[in-house]
Amino acid sequence: MKRLVSLVMVVMLVATLLAGCGAGDSNVIKVGINYELSGDVATYGQSSVEGIKLAVEQINAAGGINGKQIQLVEYDNKSDSAEATTIATKLMTSDKVVAVLGPATSGNFKAEIPVAIKHKVPVISGSATAEDVTVDANGVKEYAFRICFNDSYQGTAMANYALKNLSKSKAVIIMDSSSDYGKGLAKNFADTFKAAGATIVAEEAYVKGDTDFSAILTKIKGLDFDVIFIPGYYNEAGLIIKQARALGIDVPVLGCDGFDSPTLLDLAGAEALNNVYFSNHYSSLDQDPTVVKFIEAFKAKYNKEPNAFHALGYDAAMFLADAIKRSEKVTGEAIKNALESTDNFNGVTGSFSIDENHNTVKAIVVIELKNGEQAASERVAQ
Amino acid sequence: MEQFLQQIVNGISLGSIYALIALGYTMVYGIIKLINFAHSDVYMLGAFVGYFCMTTLRLNFFLSLLASMAFCTVLGVVIEKVAYKPLRNSTRIAALITAIGVSLFLQYTTMAITGPDVRSYPAMSGFLAQSVSLGSIRITMQQIIILAVTIVLMVVLQFIVKKTRIGRAMRAVSLDQDAAELMGININATISFTFALGSALAGAAGILVGVYYNSINPLMGTLPGLKAFVAAVFGGIGLIPGAMIGGYFIGIVEVLVSGYGNSMYRDAVVFAILILILIIKPAGLLGKNVREKV
Repeated sequence: MKRLVSLVMVVMLVATLLAGCGAGDSNVIKVGINYELSGDVATYGQSSVEGIKLAVEQINAAGGINGKQIQLVEYDNKSDSAEATTIATKLMTSDKVVAVLGPATSGNFKAEIPVAIKHKVPVISGSATAEDVTVDANGVKEYAFRICFNDSYQGTAMANYALKNLSKSKAVIIMDSSSDYGKGLAKNFADTFKAAGATIVAEEAYVKGDTDFSAILTKIKGLDFDVIFIPGYYNEAGLIIKQARALGIDVPVLGCDGFDSPTLLDLAGAEALNNVYFSNHYSSLDQDPTVVKFIEAFKAKYNKEPNAFHALGYDAAMFLADAIKRSEKVTGEAIKNALESTDNFNGVTGSFSIDENHNTVKAIVVIELKNGEQAASERVAQ
Repeated sequence: MEQFLQQIVNGISLGSIYALIALGYTMVYGIIKLINFAHSDVYMLGAFVGYFCMTTLRLNFFLSLLASMAFCTVLGVVIEKVAYKPLRNSTRIAALITAIGVSLFLQYTTMAITGPDVRSYPAMSGFLAQSVSLGSIRITMQQIIILAVTIVLMVVLQFIVKKTRIGRAMRAVSLDQDAAELMGININATISFTFALGSALAGAAGILVGVYYNSINPLMGTLPGLKAFVAAVFGGIGLIPGAMIGGYFIGIVEVLVSGYGNSMYRDAVVFAILILILIIKPAGLLGKNVREKV
């Protein structure tokens, strides 16, 4: 009797295994979604996934890729890097996806990469901007890709913008010293600025959560400078701009993609947000036909204005679809090779190519705020 | 020189906030020897109640100030009755851990209701948006209001503590609880009153910060609370004038370190001063070294 039971069990196990293999429906291409849908940075993940879904809907409606429809397998990593790793493993081993999109933040994305390399499945992030995401001391991380520029590039681009477009030569930096993001940007800005013969008059720092900047601002008010660079996030930047303007400091303020939130306007007030410029991945003011079409389609589907994360999510999905179309086989390795050879891909966030370190070579967008509204945008080439 | 005076103005505004919070810490410590960690979250809730009054109910600043002080008064008493009173005769560490528990409870309950995002107070209009210039020194009306409200509240507090019956009861209970009880003082009522008073001041500090910096979030109490606690210890914990002096001292030191030194060392300097004070004068600036009765 016992033997019979175990025999039945073995048969059932083998059957499930075979069924597992058979389930690989060749008419769909499975793509995993590993994003922050809840937790600290849920808005990043949710926005990205909305962008991805729009892209996939358009691809499938147009007949899919080489006749195959894309099927998304979606999981929430709860803004937690351990969870991101678990989900990556699940997507690659039991769901058998050919590629994974996400996570949105550098920390969570980095946690996923070792799993991707082990299972030879390419992973793409739309918004992981940290320096060492795709390349570290051991060389390039084979299966990791991103479609956004990295942090240091933003610092360099804003320094060039201050020098060339605004003709400024004396800068004050007020940086968020509690994040690598703030410190990295400040360093690259200062290096580029000084290399061009301009001076950094003062470098001040604050930490996340600070609300009182009056001491720093009173101090710099007595100095001779013509531009302020604030590498940090909107929560503190909004207050710094407000307090600076209240003290009568009216020089241009430069920032980075951390400024991109409606909260900046709430905190600083419309009056203070004049003469403010920040770098971003995308601008809704862009008249490029690709961008205009994207905004129309997005509004039709979600009935709201797309932000940079929506655009990056959309581009990440389109970038992957483009590579799958060009690859000979629908396997992780073939797709990886196709991704690597991407040249002049025309996306909503600009056209870009992939360099040997799996970073993108693309233009940056600088947005000018007038009375708190995005008034003008300009693409600044690398 | 002008820059120095401007920095002092900045420091006094910041110090007023620390002093208001520090008073609550010090009064509660003086009376039941408990470091009430939930106090900084009462301050945070004061800011949120003020926000609610000014945005949803559209009350003016002074009514909102009274409303948030009233709310915090009730909250302080409830916290004392629910969380601390049942533990009055247990070990001090039990009460301390409870205080941390209450603090986390308030923070995350608020976060669950309002969400973790930063909220901003409505833009000030009318006289609150104005500023006064003395030479090149600029004093905003908000800074003047912070100072004025703080001074008025401190005078009222001194009056209550020194001149009224309940104030005398507070002082008696803080000196010797058993003796006070034998003299017919209602200990429970006195302790509740102390919490009410301290929490009202924290509520006022909360809304003042909201108006001045216009940025509030559920975890905003932690760091100012910690610094206010440092201020209380600095001045001599348990002593009301000590908390005031400590608050202003910390505020001005912070501003001067940022203004003339390196802004990255600001918090380090504040805590280094605390360590020095504790080494040189363990009972704080105004404290007397009293040998503990065994």
